[in-house]
Amino acid sequence: MTPLLSVQGVTKHYGARLGCGDVNFDLWPGEVMGIVGESGSGKSTLLSCLSGQLPPDAGKVVFDTRADGPRDVLTMSEPERRMLARTDWAFVHQNARDGLRMGVSAGGNVGERLMAVGARNYADIRAQAIDWLGRVEISEDRVDDRPRAFSGGMQQRLQIARNLVTGPRLVFMDEPTGGLDVSVQARLLDLLRGLVREMGLSAVIVTHDLAVVRLLADRLMVMKGGRVVETGLTDQVLDDPQHGYTQLLVSSVLQV
Amino acid sequence: MTEQAYNFAYLDEQTKRMIRRALLKALAVPGYQVPFASREMPMPYGWGTGGVQVTAACLTPEDRLKVIDQGADDTTNAVSIRKFFERTAEVETTEHTAEATVIQTRHRIPEQPLGEGQILVYQVPIPEPLRFLEPRETETRKMHALEEYGLMHVKLYEDIAHNGAISTAYAYPVKVEGRYVMDPSPIPKFDNPRLESAAIQLFGAGREQRIYALPPHTRVVSLDFEDHPFEASKADHDCDLCGCGTSYLDEVITDDAGGRMFVCSDTDFCASRQADGHRGALSPQEELA
Amino acid sequence: MIRISDVSKSFVLHNQGSAVIPVMEGASLSVAPGECVALVGNSGAGKSTLMRMIYGNYLAGAGRILVGDVDVARAEPREILTLRREVLGYVSQFLRVVPRVPTLEVVAEPVLAAGGSAEAGAARARALLARLNIPERLWSLSPTTFSGGEQQRVNIARGFAHGFPALLLDEPTASLDATNRAVVLDLIEEAKARGAAIIGIFHDLEARQRVCDREIDVSAFTPARVA
Repeated sequence: MTPLLSVQGVTKHYGARLGCGDVNFDLWPGEVMGIVGESGSGKSTLLSCLSGQLPPDAGKVVFDTRADGPRDVLTMSEPERRMLARTDWAFVHQNARDGLRMGVSAGGNVGERLMAVGARNYADIRAQAIDWLGRVEISEDRVDDRPRAFSGGMQQRLQIARNLVTGPRLVFMDEPTGGLDVSVQARLLDLLRGLVREMGLSAVIVTHDLAVVRLLADRLMVMKGGRVVETGLTDQVLDDPQHGYTQLLVSSVLQV
Repeated sequence: MTEQAYNFAYLDEQTKRMIRRALLKALAVPGYQVPFASREMPMPYGWGTGGVQVTAACLTPEDRLKVIDQGADDTTNAVSIRKFFERTAEVETTEHTAEATVIQTRHRIPEQPLGEGQILVYQVPIPEPLRFLEPRETETRKMHALEEYGLMHVKLYEDIAHNGAISTAYAYPVKVEGRYVMDPSPIPKFDNPRLESAAIQLFGAGREQRIYALPPHTRVVSLDFEDHPFEASKADHDCDLCGCGTSYLDEVITDDAGGRMFVCSDTDFCASRQADGHRGALSPQEELA
Repeated sequence: MIRISDVSKSFVLHNQGSAVIPVMEGASLSVAPGECVALVGNSGAGKSTLMRMIYGNYLAGAGRILVGDVDVARAEPREILTLRREVLGYVSQFLRVVPRVPTLEVVAEPVLAAGGSAEAGAARARALLARLNIPERLWSLSPTTFSGGEQQRVNIARGFAHGFPALLLDEPTASLDATNRAVVLDLIEEAKARGAAIIGIFHDLEARQRVCDREIDVSAFTPARVA
């Protein structure tokens, strides 16, 4: 078996300051990996590098493509990378407004990726959009409403539907539950977990919320100052942290 | 100041050459928006500065020019531009489509099919068909380069979702030679089938500084869905002056009591038909001979 | 099925002057299929620590922890994940689930994770919940709202949903009434009968005597504390 994503020595500097340094990991099909760390630890920089939004200074991001097997995403041509980004990859932004077209109806938002890969039958596109809205618990009668009219949690679910409609294999998520009420968070987590299992998705989730990774992630990577300080099984890292920073992080969480 | 103080067709030769180079490139890559150094013209933006520059670059002293605005030869914009070239280029002008070698148009294609040897120049307000969905120019350029046109269908999808049918009635997006998606300027979608023509079609956007073109006999397909195919629609009427049932019509309000009439938007087409003896429902009663 | 040899473990508290606290040394034991072994020893002797190391929840400092043919002390995370999905079950004392998920789904989940069908999972979950006397009207609710005893039984149902060849049980009969305690002991005996290797912590002496074949005193692995 080949890893779905193999990250080798990814490094990014912002001038003299280190964004992220020498990051290595393999992500296997069906695995969910969490990246945790405080603000400025480099986790978002890393996610941008992995998802092709920010070219790193060094390293490789090898993705197991459907057609040609493992290929370094960073040396792909831009059309290839963009094609990947709207078929096999998905990116869920922290702020739904960054991932949605606010002036386009919910149905149009979900349908866009379908149309981008050539769907040209209105009835089919609409049926698929409605099906996906249902899966993310948005009722059918909202299909023609614009996301502006949605609550924050609904916008986030819409963003997820929009991303998953083309059946991607790898999802990048940047603080997917950030900025949401706790009750809404729980609902979203449950939804994400179900989708990840049903669709056999692999995911890389960046968050500073340890409760989120405990419930969603199989594996954990802890970052500090641009470096990975600890990796391992999620529960092992949280329950038996080896690095001083991780110990501090875990012991700093308020218990409810 | 005398008219002789102007260079032929107002623009200086260097500028015309620059525009011609852009035109040649546009013809070589049909549907592709070529940037050009649009000049200040002695008229405000929105009055056809792009079209005027293209026309100026195309005109030769032997040309016969026709200018229409929404199909009409006699509206302010058409009259002004025609006068402008009469004074600065001293070319012949005409109102007859068949006699013209260069036709500058705002928002219509003449009813009478154009032939080889004719040039149709469009005035374009916004050349970028993706603009209203993706405001970033850097991004739309990339989308054109990579043929990422899914977004165009999102617009049509929204039309159907909100109105039950594709309600875009003008500036209806087309795909040129299976490659570039192009805004045909705000012509009614009724005119879209006529974009496949024997004439050379040039599009000039002055404010936006873009030129694009359709060489003769270029394949131009209006975007649509399988289950909502493109329809070239028009008002369901005959012309009240010439009785034509197939031409694009303007609705004219005739009084403040709901009176109205439908007339051909192409004034030359309508006048020619009336000259040939065609009559519509509201034609003036003719005296019996 | 489970073979542990010479396992040691210490905690290093980096934020408290890098204090090193050795908690286990030279732990060795093995459990055959169909056998149930009880870990005994005083509170703090390391019963839970050892159990957690077997599950991969705590990192072993040294030694080998073979479950089937996977050495948990050295395995890659994904190997441990596969092991947990298919081979090694764990009934902890605490139920940790996503809020809002219905009890029935919580219990069926291990079956689905091991590749079973949704129907098989639901059927198994219903059977177990009924046996453990969870009223049917609660099945569609999230167990996070349940009482402690109910949560414990849901946790047990979840642990026994998939027929794991190896099982770790942390106080499975604590806080249960006599009826449910009997059900849990039955479940353990059934698991033994189908050949599961079981390691358990039972404070309940009677239960231990009924289901366990051997006892291992973990105090033997407790390092001598330097005072």
